[in-house]
Amino acid sequence: MNFATYLTEGFYDELFTGPSSPRPGARLLVERLESLPEGEILRRQAAAETALLQMGITFNVYGDTAGTERILPFDIIPRIVEAGEWETIERGLKQRIQALNLFIEDIYHGQRILRDGVVPEHVVRSAKSFRPQCIGLRPPRGVWCHVTGTDLIRDRDGTLYVLEDNLRCPSGVSYVLQNRQVMKRTFPLVFEASRVRPVDDYPSRLLDTLAWLAPEGRGAPTVAVLTPGIHNSAYFEHSYLAQQMGVELVEGPDLAVIDGHVHMRTTRGFQRVDVLYRRIDDDFLDPLAFRADSLLGVPGLMEAYRTGRVALANAPGTGIADDKVVYAYVPKIVKYYLDQDIILPNVPTFVCWEDTERDHVLAHLDSLVVKAANESGGYGMLIGQQASASQRDEFAARIRADPRNYIAQPTVALSRAPVITGEGFAGRHVDLRPYILCGREISVLPGGLTRVALRRGSLVVNSSQGGGSKDTWVLSESDVADTPGAVG
Amino acid sequence: MLSRVANSIHWMGRYIERAENVARFVDVNLHLALDLPPGAREQWQPLIAVTGDDELFAERYGMATRERVIEFLTFDRDNPNSILSCLAAARENARTVREIISSEMWEQINRAHLAIQSAVPRWRELDMASFYAEAKTAAHLFTGIADATMSHGEAWHFLRLGRLIERADKTSRILDVKYFILLPMLTDVGTPFDTIQWAALLKSASALEMYRKRHRAIAPERVAQFLILDHEFPRSIRWCLGRAQRSLHEITGAPPGAPASLSGQRMGRLLAELMFTTIEEIVRGGLHEYLDRFQLRLNEVGQAIHSDFFALRPLGPGTERPEP
Repeated sequence: MNFATYLTEGFYDELFTGPSSPRPGARLLVERLESLPEGEILRRQAAAETALLQMGITFNVYGDTAGTERILPFDIIPRIVEAGEWETIERGLKQRIQALNLFIEDIYHGQRILRDGVVPEHVVRSAKSFRPQCIGLRPPRGVWCHVTGTDLIRDRDGTLYVLEDNLRCPSGVSYVLQNRQVMKRTFPLVFEASRVRPVDDYPSRLLDTLAWLAPEGRGAPTVAVLTPGIHNSAYFEHSYLAQQMGVELVEGPDLAVIDGHVHMRTTRGFQRVDVLYRRIDDDFLDPLAFRADSLLGVPGLMEAYRTGRVALANAPGTGIADDKVVYAYVPKIVKYYLDQDIILPNVPTFVCWEDTERDHVLAHLDSLVVKAANESGGYGMLIGQQASASQRDEFAARIRADPRNYIAQPTVALSRAPVITGEGFAGRHVDLRPYILCGREISVLPGGLTRVALRRGSLVVNSSQGGGSKDTWVLSESDVADTPGAVG
Repeated sequence: MLSRVANSIHWMGRYIERAENVARFVDVNLHLALDLPPGAREQWQPLIAVTGDDELFAERYGMATRERVIEFLTFDRDNPNSILSCLAAARENARTVREIISSEMWEQINRAHLAIQSAVPRWRELDMASFYAEAKTAAHLFTGIADATMSHGEAWHFLRLGRLIERADKTSRILDVKYFILLPMLTDVGTPFDTIQWAALLKSASALEMYRKRHRAIAPERVAQFLILDHEFPRSIRWCLGRAQRSLHEITGAPPGAPASLSGQRMGRLLAELMFTTIEEIVRGGLHEYLDRFQLRLNEVGQAIHSDFFALRPLGPGTERPEP
């Protein structure tokens, strides 16, 4: 298997600049791949898939009653990010999360940014993710959003854009860690020679971030991961992170609030919990504060949080900053709080509540991507180019009925990376989700989840819609080694 | 540790042990069928009695034949005690406690589960003897991996407690069913066939070789003595309960002589009886009656473990206070 017939077909390719010309950071990898004996790449791909299945690295598919688990399809050709480019990404992500944390703090306190007219007040008030219950909250250490997974995409000309800031419970980091384990077995020698930056210390960093939030005076704080349970699609990740951090994985019914403190039920009675890394949406956290019908939550949790007796990561209410309409204002938000120009730009976004922008969107539905403000995972979305006339009409009606709930963006010709197919290597569209931890300092995991749309031509990378993943190799400063070595 | 987690680990231990026991006694019966004298009928119905699923079987299959029993006990998804169901349940429990057990344990349980799932569609073409051998090895491997990779703390003791209670229960059932079937055949007493049958019973509990070292000649009472009262053989009821009691004490921290929990009291009483009774006394009172009563009391121990450690007790004013 080689790249002789591999074509970039006019897209930006993450590994190649053109036919048979790999990018500098990818040269070593491509060389080694091409030197492998015929059939070896397919053999290693199969071995990697078997390893993932045996490790039980699976996700649950909603609405699938037969087999509830599947492995996330994995392609062993890594995506490579060179050191210089990563440095920009890292600075850009830190800038964004710093500004967004200030924005959330402001929204639930003085609302200066609304009074100054930088973000329209009605946009915030009407957001489904705005939580009046959070007004006046003082989250421990003043940080609202501790764990972020930002989606980046790259256009044809090579520009990187932020597609979404995921500030609630972004998932996928466990795949980053596990994919890396498998890749080290799959290409040990190329891996070593490429000087890939490690990602393995993420669980320790996450634990540090969480422990830092514990109420004062709790010597060795008890940290736990709060999961909705085994039927949640990200259950594997919840359990994996708890295991790697060496903390308890709890479900709502394991917890009870007694005398204002959160406790877990153990074989030796109740034990106090100081920090919850919660992977349950705000709505389901506490039936007394949010949705009364929630069976997943813990009655009294919010009150314990408000009085500083337990810490939650992320804080409730962070969703206000990743509402898709608020997203459109992030460049202004960065300018407002930090007085800086944005490093990682947004995809140009039309907000349909504004008459002129809505008219533009309705007139150009065939070339735009329309998204509902409060949906994720590739649901509630129209890709105008690929949609039928009746689908476009349906969306036009929805936009007119509820303009606040829709935004539109030009179709970005997502960059591609080679994947292994039955007919050799072929280019498929990818995005990138790096993970940012915000504790004592802001740290960006050097790597991330590269999601790939495995169907030819598809632009939808979500795992629920036929997407797979790749390992992401961020190279260290010294860049690519040029010493010849054995075939990896 | 969390009550829910302790419960899952306990049941993971039980299900793995159950799967192994079922594999063992079905396998022994397959071998036994090869040694039957001409004209003798293969005995498959008693196997169903061991797991206590006679009704479910009769309803779904009718008459017990070799193929039906193998299917029912090995691959039937609707039989909660089939090897397939036990492994699936063990894995489901493992999945909820994956952060507690070692990755190696999880991978082993996952491998065993995937192996039997993939065998289902083609099971009639399989060599069942090697299939059961693999199933037994998979369970032993899991136990070995657990012993070697998991800290022998509270979670591990709950795992062992589950395994030993299950093992004691299955040994008593195998003995009960076989003894009941074997004894009435007075015409066979002392014949080679009789010896083969008793040897098969011992094999069902992986006990033949160890029995020979202890008692040499095969005699019904000695077999019962070995499987109930032997203090060294790791599948005898007494041995299982002795170790189970130790785990219970490790979990509660109470010394053996002064149990602090209902489960500790019940376990201690049951074990004391086993330690100070003789096989002659048991046989005089009726072996079947003895085993029947034992199983009831073992269930009571299980219920006490449940209420002492696993039950999610409702919160009410004054019912329970957190530990300081």
